[in-house]
Amino acid sequence: MAAFLFSRLLQSAALLVIVSIIGFTVLNLMPGGPLSQYALDPGMTQADIARISEQLGLNRPLYVQYLDWAWGLLSGDWGTSFRDGSPVIQVIARHVPATLLLMGSSTVIAVAVGTWIGIRGATHRYSGFDYVATVGAMIALSIPTFWFGLIGIYVFSLRLDWLPAGNMYTIGDGSVLNYLHHLIMPSVVLALVHIAIWSRFMRGATLDAISQDFVKTARAKGLSERRVVMKHVVGNALLPMITLAGVQVPSLLTGALVTETVFTWPGMGRLFLDSLGYSDYPVVMGLLMFSALLTIVANLVADITVALVDPRIRLA
Amino acid sequence: MTHSHDRENDMTKAHRTGPALTRRATLRMMTAGGAIGLLAPNLLGQPALAQPAEPTGRIVVGLSQEPTVFNPLMPHIEVDDGVAFSLFDALFRITPEGEIVPNLAAEVPTVENGGLSEDGLEWRIKLRDDVTWHDGEPFTAEDVKFTLELITDPAFRAWRTTGHDLVRDIEVVSPTEITWRMEEPFAPYMSFLTETFILPEHILGAAEDPNEAAFNQAPVGTGAFKWGERQPGDNLTLVANPDYHGDGPYVEQLVFKYIPDMTVLYTQFRSGEIDLVGQAYITPDNYEEARTLEDREVTLVPRATVESIYLNQALPQFQDKAVREALYKAIDRKSIIDILYFGVPSEIETFMPPTSAYYNPTLPEHEFDLEEAARLLDEAGWVPGPDGIRQKDGVRLSFSNSTTTGAHLREQAQQFIQQTFGQIGVEMTIENLPPAVMWGEFWGQSQFDTAMVGITYLIGADPDVTNRFHSKAIAAQGGAGSNNAQYSNPEVDALLEEGARTFDIERRKEIYQEVQAIIREDLPFLPLFLYTNVYGHKAGMAGFEPNANTRTESWNAAGWYWN
Repeated sequence: MAAFLFSRLLQSAALLVIVSIIGFTVLNLMPGGPLSQYALDPGMTQADIARISEQLGLNRPLYVQYLDWAWGLLSGDWGTSFRDGSPVIQVIARHVPATLLLMGSSTVIAVAVGTWIGIRGATHRYSGFDYVATVGAMIALSIPTFWFGLIGIYVFSLRLDWLPAGNMYTIGDGSVLNYLHHLIMPSVVLALVHIAIWSRFMRGATLDAISQDFVKTARAKGLSERRVVMKHVVGNALLPMITLAGVQVPSLLTGALVTETVFTWPGMGRLFLDSLGYSDYPVVMGLLMFSALLTIVANLVADITVALVDPRIRLA
Repeated sequence: MTHSHDRENDMTKAHRTGPALTRRATLRMMTAGGAIGLLAPNLLGQPALAQPAEPTGRIVVGLSQEPTVFNPLMPHIEVDDGVAFSLFDALFRITPEGEIVPNLAAEVPTVENGGLSEDGLEWRIKLRDDVTWHDGEPFTAEDVKFTLELITDPAFRAWRTTGHDLVRDIEVVSPTEITWRMEEPFAPYMSFLTETFILPEHILGAAEDPNEAAFNQAPVGTGAFKWGERQPGDNLTLVANPDYHGDGPYVEQLVFKYIPDMTVLYTQFRSGEIDLVGQAYITPDNYEEARTLEDREVTLVPRATVESIYLNQALPQFQDKAVREALYKAIDRKSIIDILYFGVPSEIETFMPPTSAYYNPTLPEHEFDLEEAARLLDEAGWVPGPDGIRQKDGVRLSFSNSTTTGAHLREQAQQFIQQTFGQIGVEMTIENLPPAVMWGEFWGQSQFDTAMVGITYLIGADPDVTNRFHSKAIAAQGGAGSNNAQYSNPEVDALLEEGARTFDIERRKEIYQEVQAIIREDLPFLPLFLYTNVYGHKAGMAGFEPNANTRTESWNAAGWYWN
C-alpha cells in the first residue's frame, strides 16, 4: 500500500508539472493577451499599454514567466488576478461556495434519481419504464445544456413566472427560501445530464451483478426479490460507481461552464470563462491547477476506496 | 460576449420613444410644482420634482460585464466607470451638454478668474472646503497632489498618463488651493481631469504597494455612495453617503448586478428584477418589443462611438484617394443600418459625435452609388484584370477585412459590403479573429488590411484627436499613439498641434471643424454609423440622464430617485 501510494504521488506530481507547462504555453501562445481589452480605450496610448505590459512582466521570455509563476506556486503564492487585483487563492475561494451549492444539489438529485432509474431499469429490463428511461437518457445526453437552460427560462420564468431567470438570490433578500427558489432551475437542468450518465452506468452495473451466481444462490435460499436486489445486487453494482464518482466529484468544485453562464450563477465555471475572456492568466492557471489537483486526488481516493471495499482488488 | 469592444449590443438611436411627457408625468409635475421652491436643485441645476428628503429605496443596475477594478486610477473598462463615478469625485464634472463644471474644485480655472495663466502653463485650482472622505477625514489639496503624483509614479500601474505626464512642480498652497505648471500647453487636460478621480492620501499613501493595496478591494471615496458589499460574480452593493457634499444621493442602495447573457439581461429588465439596463444595454433586436413594455421607459441614446471600416494606409491600394472614395460610395450603409441594425444607429460623416460642440455639420453626405464608384476607379486607371478584379501597375484591388469573430451583426455587414464591392470589381475577403487576437498586435501594430471597428475618438468631451490622426501617433512606425490607419497628413498634424495649445473655444472650433473636413476628404476610414444605445429603466425611476461625454450610464447615480 505504501509503495502504491508513493508511486502514485510521483506520477501525480509529474502529471501536474506537465499539465501546468501545457496550460501555460497554450495560454500564452494565444496572441493578444490581457491588455488587448484596452486597445480601443480612447485615452490609452500604445505607450501606456507597453508600459503596463512591462510592469506586469508580460514581456519577459515565456520560460522565465513560467518559472517565476511555478516558483510562486510552490512557495504558496498563486499570483494576483490581472482583472480584479486580488490574490488568486482569494478569487477562487470567493467562488467556491456558490459552486458547491449548485453542484452539490444537482449531484444529490442526479445520484438519487439516476441510481433509482438504473436499478429499476435493470430489474425491469425491456419494460416500458426501461425503454422510456433509455430514450430519455439518450435525449438528455444529446441535447446541449444551454438549450435546456434557455427553454427552462422561457417556460418557467417568462411564460409561467414561477422561477427566477438567473442569479443566486434576489438583491435584498438573503433568505434560505429565496436561495432555494433560485437553485431549482439550474440544479435540475444540470442534473438532467448527470441523471442520464448515472442511470446508464447503474443499469449496466446492476445487469452485470444480477447475472452473477451469488444472486442465483441468494434467490435459491428463498430470499425475497426485494432483499436480493437491495442486499446482493445493489451492493455489488455500486462498486464501479465509486470509480465514476471519482471522476465526477472534482466537478463539484470546478463548476459548470455553461449552466453557470446561462443562469448567471457566480460559481467557478463562470469565473473560468470570464478569466479566459480577459486573458487573466494567473486566475486561469490557478483554476487549471486547482482542478488538476482535485481530479488527481479524487481518482486516488476512488482507487483506494475500491480496493478497500472490494477484496478482489489489490493495490500494487 | 464579455469583451469590452464588442459594441454589437450597444446599438441605439436619436430620439425618445413615445411622448416625452405622459399625462401621468405631467400631473406628477403639477402636484410637485408647489414644492419646487423648497427643494434643492439637483446636480445640473434643473428644478427638482420629488426627490425624497431621506435616501429611500434601492436601484439595481444590470450590467453584462462585471465591475472588478475599484481603484479608478488603474486600467479599467466602461462598467468600472459607473462604480467610480458613484464612489469618487474628480475635480470637475462634465455635463451631457459638454460643459465642464466644478465638483471637488470650487470653480473651473480660466484666464479670467486667475486659474490659468495666459500661456496655459500655470494652473491654480481652488478646492471646496466642505468635503470629507467616507471615513470622516477631511479632503484637502494634499489628496489632489498625491493623486496626480501617483499617476506618474513609474512603479504604479496607471491607466492613462497622457496630460498627467506634463504636470510639474505641484504645490499645495493651502488645504483648499493647489498649483502646478505644465511642461507645454495642453488644452485637453481640463477634460481629462473630469475622469481623474481623486484618491485619499491618508489611506493609499500609507500602503506599501498601491498596486495591491487593500484599498483597491474596499475603496474609500468622497462620492455620493459608500462601499457596501461585493458578491463576486453576482453583484456589488453601494450604500448612500449621507454626508455627500453635492446634491443627493436619494436612494439608500445602489446595486450593480452582473448578468453576462444579453438575453437574460433583457429578460430581467422585462420581469422587473433590474431597474435600469446598463452597459451593454438592450440589444437592437429587442428594441421594438421593449418600447411596448408597460411601466418602462425606453430611449435611444446616441453615443460618441463611430463604427467604420479602417483602411490601412500602408497598403499600396489605399494610397490612391480615388480607391478610398470609390469604396466609400460602394457601401450601402443605409441598408446596413435599417436591415441589420433595426434602424437604431444613425449615419455620420466624421469621428466627432454630433453631441459635441466641435461637430462639423457641413460635411458632404455619403451617397451609395455603384456606377459613380466604378467610374472613379476607371478614371484612376484601375481596370478589370483577367479574373475580373481591378488592377493597376500590378496591384490587385483585393484586400481582407477583419473584425472579432462571433460579432454576428458585423459579420453580416461584412458580407453585405463584400457583395457590393464585388459588383465594382473589388475583392474583399473576410478574415475574422477572436477578440484577444484582433485587438492585440494585429490591431495595435496595424497588421490588418482593413478592419471593421467601433471607436470612441474623444476623451471626455475634448475634441483633441492627436492620438488617432497625428502622424507621430503611428505605433507601427515607432510612434506612441493609436493611429492604427497609419494616416499621415502634414496639414492635419499642424492643426492638431495648434488645437492642443489653444484654450480659446471659438478658435478651437474652427481648428477641429477644419480637421474633420480634411479627414472627410481623405477618408482614412469609411464611416458606417454612429453608435446608439437602447437605454431602458423603470418609469418610476427619475433623475436619470444619459451623458455621451462619459463612458457610463451611471455617471450621476447621485441624482437618481424613485417617484
